[in-house]
Formats: sequence, C-alpha cells, structure tokens
Amino acid sequence: MTVESVFPRLEPLLPQVRKPVQYVGGELHAQVKAWDSAAVRWALMYPDAYEVGLPNQGVQILYEVLNEQPDVLAERTYSVWPDLEALMREHGIPQFTVDAHRPVGDFDIFGVSFATELGYTNLLTALDLADIPITAAERADGDPVVIAGGHAAFNPEPVAEFIDGAVVGDGEQAALAVTDLVRTWKAEGRPGGRDGLLLALATSGVVYVPRFYDVAYLPDGRIQRVVPNQSGVPWRVTKHTVMDLDEWPYPKQPLVPLAETVHERYSVEIFRGCTRGCRFCQAGMITRPVRERSITTVGEMVQRGIAATGFEEVGLLSLSSADHSEIHEIAKGLADRYDGEQVSLSLPSTRVDAFNITLANELSRNGRRTGLTFAPEGGSERMRKVINKMVTEDDLIQTVATAYGNGWRQVKLYFMCGLPTETDEDVLAIAGMARRVIATGREAAGRKDIRCTISIGGFVPKPHTPFQWAAQLDHETVDRRLRALKGAVTHDREFGRSIGVRYHDGRPSIIEGLLSRGDRRVAPVIRRVWEQGQRFDGWSEYFSYERWEAACRDVFEAQPVSLDWYTTRERQQNEVLPWDHLDSGLDKEWLWEDWQEAIAASVDGGGEVEDCRWTPCYDCGVCPSMGTEIQVGPTGRPLLPLTPL
Amino acid sequence: MSRQPEGPPPPPVVQKLRIRYAKRGRLRFTSHRDFARVFERAIRRARLPIAYSAGFSPHPKVSYAGAAPTGTASEAEYLEIGLAEATDPDQVRDTLDAALPPGIDIVDVVDAADSPAKTLAELIEASRWSIELPGVSVAAAQKALDLLLAQTTAPVERATKDGTRTVDVRAALVTANVALTSANGPDPAAECARMDLVVQHATPAVRPDDILTALRMIGALTTPVTPLVTRLAQGLIDTTSPEDAQRLTDPLHGSRRSDSAVSP
Repeated sequence: MTVESVFPRLEPLLPQVRKPVQYVGGELHAQVKAWDSAAVRWALMYPDAYEVGLPNQGVQILYEVLNEQPDVLAERTYSVWPDLEALMREHGIPQFTVDAHRPVGDFDIFGVSFATELGYTNLLTALDLADIPITAAERADGDPVVIAGGHAAFNPEPVAEFIDGAVVGDGEQAALAVTDLVRTWKAEGRPGGRDGLLLALATSGVVYVPRFYDVAYLPDGRIQRVVPNQSGVPWRVTKHTVMDLDEWPYPKQPLVPLAETVHERYSVEIFRGCTRGCRFCQAGMITRPVRERSITTVGEMVQRGIAATGFEEVGLLSLSSADHSEIHEIAKGLADRYDGEQVSLSLPSTRVDAFNITLANELSRNGRRTGLTFAPEGGSERMRKVINKMVTEDDLIQTVATAYGNGWRQVKLYFMCGLPTETDEDVLAIAGMARRVIATGREAAGRKDIRCTISIGGFVPKPHTPFQWAAQLDHETVDRRLRALKGAVTHDREFGRSIGVRYHDGRPSIIEGLLSRGDRRVAPVIRRVWEQGQRFDGWSEYFSYERWEAACRDVFEAQPVSLDWYTTRERQQNEVLPWDHLDSGLDKEWLWEDWQEAIAASVDGGGEVEDCRWTPCYDCGVCPSMGTEIQVGPTGRPLLPLTPL
Repeated sequence: MSRQPEGPPPPPVVQKLRIRYAKRGRLRFTSHRDFARVFERAIRRARLPIAYSAGFSPHPKVSYAGAAPTGTASEAEYLEIGLAEATDPDQVRDTLDAALPPGIDIVDVVDAADSPAKTLAELIEASRWSIELPGVSVAAAQKALDLLLAQTTAPVERATKDGTRTVDVRAALVTANVALTSANGPDPAAECARMDLVVQHATPAVRPDDILTALRMIGALTTPVTPLVTRLAQGLIDTTSPEDAQRLTDPLHGSRRSDSAVSP
C-alpha cells in the first residue's frame, strides 16, 4: 500500500511559519525511495530543530548505511517548532519525514537519536503528532517500533515507558541487525505480533526492550533489583562496538541542506572513543576503546566529501582530535592538498599543550587566526587532579602564551562549575588563571588587544562514569559561585576588560541531572511537563524550570523520591543504579575505585590514571568484557597521493 | 604588524557572466541567504573557475540583484559572477544547472561584455508578478483590484527589523489585470483568479505581500487559501508596448532603452 505525501496539505501552511525551508526537504543527497519495494522502512529522528538535527553525524551515517540496502528505505524527521505544530494540529497533519513527506506513523521503525536528555519532551510531541500512542504498552501491531539510540540511550530508563527499545553503543551494525530481524519477522507473517518482534529483538541481544525487565524498589526509594520477566532475555544488555572504522567510511554523501544549520562543514570522525580518563566525561567512558580511522581513509573521505558537497570547511572530529597517532601528518597533508582552494580546516581543540598550537597553525596556514579553544575544565590544580585532567597552571599559561605569540588574538577556555569536592576558591581560581593568561599573553604577543573568554558550564553527573555516584551541586550554590567569579573579573582594573565570562544559570543543569540519572519513576514528570506545553528544553527561551520543579513536586508527592533525591543526593557503593543492567563494558568496581581516588586526590593530590593507549592497562574492563582492542596507528602511510575508495 | 596571507593574491576577474535563474516549487521557500549558500556550493561542485576576493576570508565574486521574497516563486532572478578564466556561457549554464538542486534552475547565461549596460541594475526597474488566488472568483478579484486602482495613494504598513515602514502600493503599480486560471488550490472545482501585475521597483520595495494587504484593506479581498506568487519577469518598462499589455525588456538580451523612448 503506497503512502501519500502530506506535502500538498502542508505547503499552504508554510508561508505562515518561521523559516519554512526547514520543512521542505530537497537537500543534496537526500534519498526518496519507492515505498512499495522496500521490505523495511525506517524513520530516523533527531529530536531537536532541523538546524541542529540535520548536521548530526549519527543520523546521517545511519541514513546512508540503511539506504544502501536495496530493500530498505530510511527517511528523516526533525522536531517542528511550536508555530508549525499548532497549524499541524489545526489541520490534522501528522509528523512527517522531510524526504518524501510521508507520515512517520506508517514506517516500521521509528529510530530516535538522543545526544542529550533534553530531547525527551520533543519525542513526545513527535509521537503525538504521528498519532502513535505515547505509552509503548498502548501501541498496536500497525504502529512503528520506537527505538532510542545515542549517548542518552545508555540510561533510557526515564523514557522506558515511551520507547519500545533502545540500542546501546555504535549504531552502524546494530541498525542493520535490527533491520534483519524486522525483515524476517515481516516475511514470516509477523509471528507473535508486536510482542513477537520485540521478543526477537530482545533475545538477540541487539536491542534493550524495557518492558521485558521488572524494576523493584526498596521502601527508601532506591532500586532493589531489575530482573528480566521473559525467558531468553539477557540479564544485561551489552553495548555495540564497531571495531574497524575503515570499513565504515560514512558519511560518504553527506547531506547539504538548503536551510542554514549549526555546522556548515564536512565532518569526518578521525577516531572514536577516548581513554584520557577524564572522570566527568560520559562520552570518553562509554565509547571505549579508542579506534582510529587510518590516515588514508581520512584523506579519501575528505577528498570525496568536499567534491560531493562543495563545503568550504572540513572538521576533523573526535573526542580529542590531537590524540590521533598521525594527526600531524593528517593536518599537514590536508593543508597541502587544499592550499589555495578556499577550503578551511578545523580541529575542535581541547587538549592544553603546545602540540595543539602547532596543529592549529598548520591548519590556519592561510586563514585568519581568530580563536583557539582549550578546556582545562577545572580552575585549580587540585580540581584538575580530582577530574584526572592533569595539567599544571604553569604549563597552561605557557601554552596559551605560545598561542598569542603565534598570532592568535583570542583564546577561549572551558570550565565546569559544581565538580565534586569543589569550593568557592576553586571557582575563583579561574579568575586568577585568566589574569595570568592575559598578562603573559600581552607580553608574548607584544600588543594589548588580545582577549580571553572563559566559558563555564554546570557539571552534571552522568551514568557510566566514576562520578555517577556524586551529588550534583545545587543550582543556588552554582549561581553564587559564578556570580562571585564574574564579579572578580569585572572588578579587575588591569585585565578585566580583556576577559569575557560566559555562563548560564544553573537550573537547566538540575533538570538535565534528573533526566540523566533518573529511573522509570521520572517518566510521569516528563509526560506532565509535556502536557503542560514543555518543548525544546535545550533552548532557554522554551525551558521552564518552574514547570519541571512543580511537576516533580506533584508526581513525587506520595513517593520517597524527589527532584533533590535524584540530583543532589550522593549514592553509596551498594546502591543498584537504574542503568546497571545496561553494560557499557566498564567494570563497576573500577569505576568505584576511580571515584574513591578522585576523592582522595582532592585531599592529598593523588596519582594520575594513565591513558591506556600508551600504558597498557585493562583495568576499566571494557576490552576484556566486550572482546575489543585498542586500534591505533601509526600506519606510516602518507595522506597523499589519494586513491579513490 | 598583523599577519598577512602568504603567497600571491588571487587571480583577477577576466570575465563577468550574467545569469538568469528560476526558483520553483518547494524551493521557493529558500530565503536569499539560503540561496546564496546553495549557489556558492554549486559553483564549487561544478568546479567553475570563480574568482575570489583577497584577504584572510576570500569571498567568491557573486553579486546578487534584488531577490524575490522568501516563499514567492520566480522565473526571473538575476545575478552576476566573476570568473578567473574565460568560459563558454552555455557550458556554465549546463554545468551549473546540473550542480544545483532541481527547483533552482539556470535559465540563461550571457557574457556581460556583450551587454550595452555596465551593471544589471541599469537594466531592471520593474517586475511582472503573477498572483494566483485559489478560491477567489475573477469577479471578486477584479472588484478588489478596481477599488485599489481607483485610489490615488494606498499606504500599507509593514513590520521590518527597524520598525514599521509605510509603502505606497498604488504608486508602484504600473498595470494590473485579472484572468481565470486552471484551479491550483486543494479544491479543483473552486474558481482561481490570477492577477498579472507590473510593479515598479522602489525603495523601500513594494512586495506582492503589500499588494495583497492593500487588496484586503481597500478592496475587501478575502483569500481562503494562501495565494501563490510568482515573479514572471524583470526588466525595463517597454514604453512602446500598449498600456493594457505592458512588456518588460529582457535584461540579458534586450537592448538598453533609447533616451527617446524614456521621454513621455
């Protein structure tokens, strides 16, 4: 049965909404396949506005991997802004894909990528507009199977009631495995109906299906246990790991939008995973081990990607790009290849060392040297030891001075506020560091017009990290410390005007904390705020802390839990955590010991956890339990000459 | 001393090409900024020898003539590009059109050296607009138009970034006609009037939206479905054409109006 495009009904409404081009599709490399000849049909969603969702690498990779299968059709959908949502409700237009404007409710699988928990309310809007029951248990055989992915899927419990399943870890092979199971189930006449499919997905180990697990609670509110309620369903669902990135050189044909988006560039992931061991960093913990893409594949992908898109910028992505074993050869090779061709290269730089500046100089050979970014994360040396980001203040100042000396005019420094054991002095130390940066920088640059911007985010403890047990700092204290820091900078007559301070209020972090470490009892809170109109929680103009706080009070009234209980409460070693049955490969003992070492480091300085790329160590448990290995070069091969793949 | 880009300056412009393009169907929702990004990327994909400005942030040499508003289709948009190597205009038309998404279509390319005018702006003073009004009868459209044309002035307010501005719709309207068209709205049985308007360019510009506002205010026009607006042509008003069938000259092929033709 062919599905009709909603576009003829949507089109007359578009002149009435802001930025209508985001809803029309038509991107270069977008694919529209015949509905009837597809055996399995995926609708892929990034649950935020098009301008944020379109550049998302995860969605673009899956879109291409799935559409390469001859009998698979994949289309994309994004969150519609409230102006269009209201018109769609008024005119009965369902949530649609931008590729062929087909109703999302007609697809077999509705895959939603959660890079952040702040997209949860937008999932509910999309489900409701798609006419898919919001509660998974109420869905019928004809409704799509709703599967969550992305980093937030490592604890999908707060949305467990709204999703049918979650894929934990890398999506490339997992999406194909899900496709195979759905294809077989459909070909065999849908044995067991919807439950039959979900059971097949769960018993295969590919998908975590929350409904097959029962959660029991203790009288004090903590979780007693989580147990499967179906035979054949694994006790713990393990994450997926793509081992050879050279075999998965996606995106090959990146989407080039008509509308303006947040990242206008060709991005290539130069490695996945990170073993620097920063204790706050969920991405670094859940994506182990490090798997490098080889220099030759990177070169081929860039060459082909630029030719296919016409983008003016190449981004070399990873969690810490300067750590690629052949990054210098990659940077130099690309700078040579694109010399005089109006292609700029960018390296999201976070590592604080001189090597990073050498790279940045290479990449900006013929470009303007405007800004460099470093992420010391902690203002005091003590704080940096707690988070295992070992860099002394002297080294940091030296590095930044070198940057100014090389013609860079502005340096941005990222920090977090609210880290475990943090005191007022730790945050105030950021002001002292910024003063030294400017003083030394003026000397190195030989001029006074240099700037330093300090940008501070609120720390949110995340699942599967050594800080998963930590108490989140209350937002009043975070705000007080940041105001004091801002005051110290503003009142500095000598340097204050060269230093910018950027921060947001601490309240959104508390809600992010609730959604990050919450369990299934948080679902009614999400549902309630959404029913009251909550949308786009990542956008300050739409976020309402008051609404979330009030919903927590109402929903948790007769329960032993509360907003504080989920956020500012420190957990004990023996507590069952909501995500314990999702296996990131990290040994919980190791995480706990690392947490204890962090606390010890706050008092006596402690020792550094070394990076296992260079100091072999299997203590974190990922490689032995997942059957994976670190994959790093150097290969010794040159980036040039480039040969077609 | 600030850093300067190393190496020689970029090669100079050796040829200017004037391009007419169309913005059709769903791509009419691209804004001018959207179009500029799409166009400049298509130039890179097509590997045209476009010239760049000098400095740390080189920009491709593209100059855009006034663009049709977001949401309106157009058969006649114009721009000019500067090339660093002389290239056959027909070849540019074909390769560029192939590199652009369907819906943004290159209609015509000519060498600016063959034109009597130094700039495109000298060849454009008015636009011909088609406004399709699904669900509006020819009689109703004609009545609204007659009421508007009977005015000596028709001020319309429009909210802009810098506050409210007032434009005189009546003064800009050169000619206006109403005809019946094949229905284009959701209900094929409903009548669909089509207005054909020649509008003088001015500062601030009078947009089709302003004309519709004036028709609603002065002519009591009601539009049950969003009207579909298309720019059909741009050019100089051809004073030799009859007043009820006003023609515009073709900026790429027409000659410059002779001085005698300008005088009334």
